[in-house]
Amino acid sequence: MSMLHIVNKSPFERNALASCLGHALEGDSVLLIEDAVVGAIDGSNFIEQIKVAMADKSVYVLGADLAARGMQENRVAEGIQVVDYAGFVDLAANNEKTQSWL
Amino acid sequence: MSKKFMYVNRKAPYGTVYALESLEVVLIAAAFEQDVSLAFIDDGVYQIAKGQDTKGIGMKGFSATYNALGDYDVNKFYVERESLEERGLTEDDLMPIVYEDEDDDWAEKPSVKIVSRAEMAQVLSEQDVTLSF
Repeated sequence: MSMLHIVNKSPFERNALASCLGHALEGDSVLLIEDAVVGAIDGSNFIEQIKVAMADKSVYVLGADLAARGMQENRVAEGIQVVDYAGFVDLAANNEKTQSWL
Repeated sequence: MSKKFMYVNRKAPYGTVYALESLEVVLIAAAFEQDVSLAFIDDGVYQIAKGQDTKGIGMKGFSATYNALGDYDVNKFYVERESLEERGLTEDDLMPIVYEDEDDDWAEKPSVKIVSRAEMAQVLSEQDVTLSF
């Protein structure tokens, strides 16, 4: 019963990512979109937290939202996977349920 | 008499409308020939990140407009160093925004000033009017 968790708020502004990571279970997927993508940049204050989560969960970030904020894919911290909109659809289809952390 | 206007920008662009709204109001104030400064703090530093490409999200990009502000005598862009560092960014990630100094034979000069949090606090305290976005 894996779940896709979607976070769209910057972790610097809201605690949505922290709360999401605290509630996501082993084998779940976490996708960062919109302003949440800033947390995925290598060297950001939230990389440690994300790395801990990646021990038993997968973390993804939407490439189009990175590009809009001037960030190339090579700026994303190791282990976080960049996906496009088709990848977003695949994640939604491959998990039994989705939950948005607004 | 002109007043010192400070626009405080604390949000990343495109996820919310704050960045664009701030830019619109800055252009209005500039038309009234006020002394305008912009502060980029927290996620606001992403507003002037270089290479913004919004094709993928289907939204109109507005980052090029910051480059035009120099023509309206808006050339004080204060960017907080700690905000960049917390996000894994450096000054090299910012657009090279410049203006032409009419008091110095129209020499091209950088508009962006990287300041520490303490310096930013000082700049903020020196304003007559502060508008927050």
